[in-house]
Amino acid sequence: MLGRKKTENICKDILRRAGSDPIEVLLVFEDQSLTRFANNAIHQNVAERNATLIVRLLRGKRIGLATSNRLDGRGLDKLVSRARANAQASLEDPDYPGLPGPAEYKHVEAFDPHTAQCSPEARAGAVGSLCRLASEKGLNGSGTFSTATHEIAVANSRGLFAYYVRTGADFQTVIMSEDSSGREHDSGFRVDDIPIESLFREAIKKAEDARHPREIASGDYTVVLTPHATEDLLNMLNYYGMGAQSLLEGRSWMNDRMGVKAMSNLISIRDDGLDPEGVPVPFDFEGVPKERVDIVSRGVVTSPVHDRITGRKMDRTSTGHALLPTQRSLEPMATNLFMAPGSSSIQEMIRSTRRGLYINRFWYTRLVHPRDCVITGMTRDGLFMVKDGELAYPVKNLRFTQSYVEALANVDRVGRDTRLLTNEFGGYAARVPALRINEFCFTGSTV
Amino acid sequence: MKTLIDRALNKVQMGGAQYTDIRIVDNHTESIRVKNGVVESLNSSESIGFGIRVLVDGAWGFSSSHDLTPEEIERVSQQSLVIARASARVPGEPVDLGPPVNWRGSYMTPVGIDPFKVSLEEKLDVLLAADREMGRVETVKIRQGNLVFVREKKWFANTESALTEQTLMETGGGIIATAVAESEVQTRSYPTSFGRQQVTAGWEVVSEWDFPGNAERIANEACALLTADSCPADTITTVILGGDQVALQVHESCGHPIELDRVFGSEVAYAGTSFLTLDKLGHLRYGSDQVNITADSVRPLGLGTFGWDDEGVPAQSAPIVENGRFVGYLMSRETASRLGKVSNGCMRASSWNRIPLIRMTNVSLEPGAWDLEDLIGDSDSGIYMETNRSWSIDDKCYNFQFGTEMGYEIKNGKLGRMLRNCTYTGITPDFWNSCDGVCNLKHWTMWGTPNCGKGQPSQIAHTGHGAAPARFRNIRVGVYKQ
Repeated sequence: MLGRKKTENICKDILRRAGSDPIEVLLVFEDQSLTRFANNAIHQNVAERNATLIVRLLRGKRIGLATSNRLDGRGLDKLVSRARANAQASLEDPDYPGLPGPAEYKHVEAFDPHTAQCSPEARAGAVGSLCRLASEKGLNGSGTFSTATHEIAVANSRGLFAYYVRTGADFQTVIMSEDSSGREHDSGFRVDDIPIESLFREAIKKAEDARHPREIASGDYTVVLTPHATEDLLNMLNYYGMGAQSLLEGRSWMNDRMGVKAMSNLISIRDDGLDPEGVPVPFDFEGVPKERVDIVSRGVVTSPVHDRITGRKMDRTSTGHALLPTQRSLEPMATNLFMAPGSSSIQEMIRSTRRGLYINRFWYTRLVHPRDCVITGMTRDGLFMVKDGELAYPVKNLRFTQSYVEALANVDRVGRDTRLLTNEFGGYAARVPALRINEFCFTGSTV
Repeated sequence: MKTLIDRALNKVQMGGAQYTDIRIVDNHTESIRVKNGVVESLNSSESIGFGIRVLVDGAWGFSSSHDLTPEEIERVSQQSLVIARASARVPGEPVDLGPPVNWRGSYMTPVGIDPFKVSLEEKLDVLLAADREMGRVETVKIRQGNLVFVREKKWFANTESALTEQTLMETGGGIIATAVAESEVQTRSYPTSFGRQQVTAGWEVVSEWDFPGNAERIANEACALLTADSCPADTITTVILGGDQVALQVHESCGHPIELDRVFGSEVAYAGTSFLTLDKLGHLRYGSDQVNITADSVRPLGLGTFGWDDEGVPAQSAPIVENGRFVGYLMSRETASRLGKVSNGCMRASSWNRIPLIRMTNVSLEPGAWDLEDLIGDSDSGIYMETNRSWSIDDKCYNFQFGTEMGYEIKNGKLGRMLRNCTYTGITPDFWNSCDGVCNLKHWTMWGTPNCGKGQPSQIAHTGHGAAPARFRNIRVGVYKQ
């Protein structure tokens, strides 16, 4: 870790090098470690220490960016001079509102010293016990166990300085038999909060229950989604339309649905970077404080998330959802999503289903068409036929092609328990419940 | 660099490692994005660092850092040993790397014009000229263009005496027109989708691509797609795929399942496994006799073209599918030795901070004999589809579904009405066995895929795929209910 003081000094060094040019500095310093296992053995075990410095330098309304991972004086010199050269070559940007001023930030609890110090031996010890367990049952255990420390600072020449440090821990496992698999996943900022052994045992149970799957026909089914599968719905709806830029450009699923009841009244979705039940973060990558945004309230589409550019275009303030300066093409995006829980347990959802499918997870989901957020993908790591209120038998994986907006309109039960999950690329977290959805469209099967 | 390399190798060997390698990578990337006439992003990026990979007591450890100082080399060397010893507490099969790898030398991507010596103004002029051309078409709401230039210097050394130095250069770019109507959004991209085409070459390819000369055409196509007829629903028909779509089809349904680490289960927790299990090697009829697929790291322009892979194994070419028969995998030293073979040089890391994994180099469908006009002329009915819009494949690379930006009906040997929202789906070996025509070298292009994800922590690889248009029979199209 660099610590707040050293981080602030690096930022000041860069601001000084910019002279009278307005400049913004984003510094991310990370120590990350990941232990990966497969075939009941550790086969990859890695650690990384890296810094990322991104500066945005302004010459009038022209903007130049430069990125580096060098913290030495010569590296900082080059960083600023490259940003200046880029600004000089660029054109005026009429959309950029200029650098934000200083702000007050709420304290968030997201750092755990024990997680920051988690050693390779500790991770290997935990993984070793799990692998022995899988081996004893004749199953093939695989997964990852990772811990990390992230320091994030934003500073600019208007006097803004924001600093935040957090830890992260993540455990994922896939258990395989000859003809089945089961998966579990959990995340948090305290490594001790992740119930590794019980997750592993649950994945084993799913893999064992899923043995000898039967082939079934594609078509429309009622589905019960675990939180893992629900997270995919939220992630894709976020990526393809919760940001205001896509709404402005007419390519969001929110277009023509603002203020409209487009989903079940059981569905409420919000983004809240300050909620301790998520992965709390006090500010975005422009240094703007995070605000809670109610995106869908009882089925009614209410608001996208904003950065300062879209806020200005839509006559409102930023909600604190700017991405990295180098990711402007991705627009503002939600990063701390919550889907409100309901009142059902997964068991109750299954018990009340006459005929349907219980889905552990979706895989390789991709956009087919944007305006209704039509997605195709596969089921994976546990798919079961539900008949007369019971898990009747495992089935072979199916391909679906389905509007996720329509799917959330067809929700008739929401789980009371939620799971915090990070997506496969990190930098985003969602706390989600299980769902029961009617008429989910499967378009292909694998024999 | 040599001093730092020696310090690291000595430190780790003294600490008891059986094998050690170190990579130092210095990457410079320049990227320019223009959107609706505004320079959205003009970024110069530098990333430098080193990674040390060690084998101790038969188990791997890897540690890396951005801080290229003697003190940090000491810390990271020590940490890599600690990590490897921790790995050894949960051991798998003993690691056998096969014969030593001790190549020495240097390699540089051949470039005509160094893109880093071309002025920013000249680069912006290309994108802004294309933007103006797209702007002539009123219905186009979003006009985008981008250029990317990469120069990566890489030093590799191991305790078997290998020492290589490489400078790899890439140039990429593309333009995109998005038209929006009441409830429809349609996009056309050039030269291909996902933002850009990318190759190992210099600035000279940018003028060959001629963005301004193609801008108004794709803008008009995007607009025409708004009101084009939809792809026929749930129909079995003949499909002719454009070369860039064939390239992605090869990537997903051949490139990934031939990764031998997937076959051995190393990627179960993330990407998945492969339907191309060991019993199929040399036996499976993967495709029709029209289908010949090669993996190489030597072809000009390919994003998988280099001097040595990240284990120091020299660039080479290997058959994967010969006249339809599956004959080869992409291999590392460790996985090859498990088959009694030697590596064919496919270990690649996305940067200094990642371990090398088995990655595609240039996995290409070899050209056939057809002219595209003749292939269409030989087809009574069907659909021509080009430029990928959507791609999804299962965890064994067996069940896939793709969508394309644009299609045309084929009727009586001619292209007819334009079709929007085209999709097709299939099972990998069934699909490739239905191939009855591949276009010739005149239509063959080395396409670049600069966004291939794999591994945990995630790695993005740049892979090459030579491909020409090809015809497939009895394909299910129109999966998406409209």
